[in-house]
Amino acid sequence: MIRVDDLSVRYGAATALDGVSLSVAPGEKVALIGANGAGKSTLLNALSGVVLKASGSIRIDGRFAHVPEGRQLFGDLTVEDNLSLGAYRGGTRNPAWLYEFMPELGRLRRQRAGSLSGGQQQMVAIGRGLMAEPDVIAIDEMSLGLAPIIVQQLARKLSELNAQRGLTLLLVEQSARVALALCDRAYVLETGRIVAEGEAAELSDSPFVEAAYLGRPVGAAS
Amino acid sequence: MSAFLSYLIHGISLGCGFALIASGIIIIYRITRVVNLAQGMFAVVAGFSAASALDAGLPHLLAELLAIAVAAIVGASTGFVAIAKRGTSPQASLIATLGVGVFGYAVEVLTWGDQPRSFAGLSGAHELWGVDVPSQYLLIVPVTLLIFAGLELFFERTYTGKAMSACASNPYAAGLQGIGVLRMGLYGFGLAGALGGVAGVLLTPLQPVSYDSDVSLFVNGFAAAILAGLKRPVLALAGGLVLGVAESMVAGYARASYQSSLALLLTLAILIAQATRREALQAVEE
Repeated sequence: MIRVDDLSVRYGAATALDGVSLSVAPGEKVALIGANGAGKSTLLNALSGVVLKASGSIRIDGRFAHVPEGRQLFGDLTVEDNLSLGAYRGGTRNPAWLYEFMPELGRLRRQRAGSLSGGQQQMVAIGRGLMAEPDVIAIDEMSLGLAPIIVQQLARKLSELNAQRGLTLLLVEQSARVALALCDRAYVLETGRIVAEGEAAELSDSPFVEAAYLGRPVGAAS
Repeated sequence: MSAFLSYLIHGISLGCGFALIASGIIIIYRITRVVNLAQGMFAVVAGFSAASALDAGLPHLLAELLAIAVAAIVGASTGFVAIAKRGTSPQASLIATLGVGVFGYAVEVLTWGDQPRSFAGLSGAHELWGVDVPSQYLLIVPVTLLIFAGLELFFERTYTGKAMSACASNPYAAGLQGIGVLRMGLYGFGLAGALGGVAGVLLTPLQPVSYDSDVSLFVNGFAAAILAGLKRPVLALAGGLVLGVAESMVAGYARASYQSSLALLLTLAILIAQATRREALQAVEE
């Protein structure tokens, strides 16, 4: 579904990604975890083509939707307009089917997107991504700044789509806890390099990940 | 009474011209967040082009349409200079439009000379409530209303219009949805060029155009545009009309030389009022 080989991205003299390789199979739920500035968002921007690669290769089979960090809604437009613009590349512009799946979006449809709460905005952002009828959806920092209960609701919806429609998920998170709970497999990115990868369960038990990303101090590990 | 009416009618026509200039400024701002300082130049180019085309023997309407097409091309070219380079900030683009406007002076002076030019518009006059109104004045109003109705429908009702608004609202996210942000910006500049052109061919028969007429056109158009908060073309129409009528009254009852100061004063007052609003302060913080 997604295959990235030896990808490097540079911003001027700075190297944002340095020889990153990863793959996501159809129907899989994969997490990409790492601290601020590790290069996670750069990787997604490279997948979307809004950032140019210096070297390496990217292959995506099927339709790819990218829900960017910080929601990035069209604040002046209504929720409905935001959603329907998600289908700009093709697909159904009428969000009626989405309102059935996420009824709260239907209730908010006439509101200006900029006036919503953080959780509602994240829902709109994910909804806009889903409007592209993607085969794979990448979500950048879904949980950032949201109450745990909202994050759980969103995660449940995404799991449903994964189970029922085979939607492939790529979750990019600083919060390893959320990502590892939802996903099958994970990669850990540090200063532009993949430093660990494996099954989600395996990684959450690893002392290294525990120390760095789960915030539980383990004396000798550092 | 009849003096009042004739000032009013003159003001309304003038206001329609301001509103057309304002609509171009607003459209470009809505799509690109760039304030286009070359907007008045589009009208000047169209006024000169129409005069030349008529001198060359082209019939009316064809000459005007040709002049509007020239203005549209000049508009799109201005856009190319201002926004085509990747990563240009709206502030940098604004400076680029200023440069294009000044460059326009050079081209205009070399092509058309430094003397004002005009051409005859619609001939004849109609009597309205006891005042003889030249037909050209009466032409401006319906044309302007039609154009504004079209713009309102386009931006509020069509998918492409919304995609264009999305470009200004969040260019990064618009790009992620597959919207060609640069292409939309260039369309916007082209459309604004055409609208400036319409203003130019409609106003030139009323007041001769010279290479530096763009300043007063821009000042008045910009005043009308910010009355509309640089957002909705329809509000700019109201803004343009208020301004046109006010200026016509000032020129009629006080002194003509106060006319252009009024637009500047109004602009200043609106800018100060808007700068003190909370939303504006928050927008700056973002």
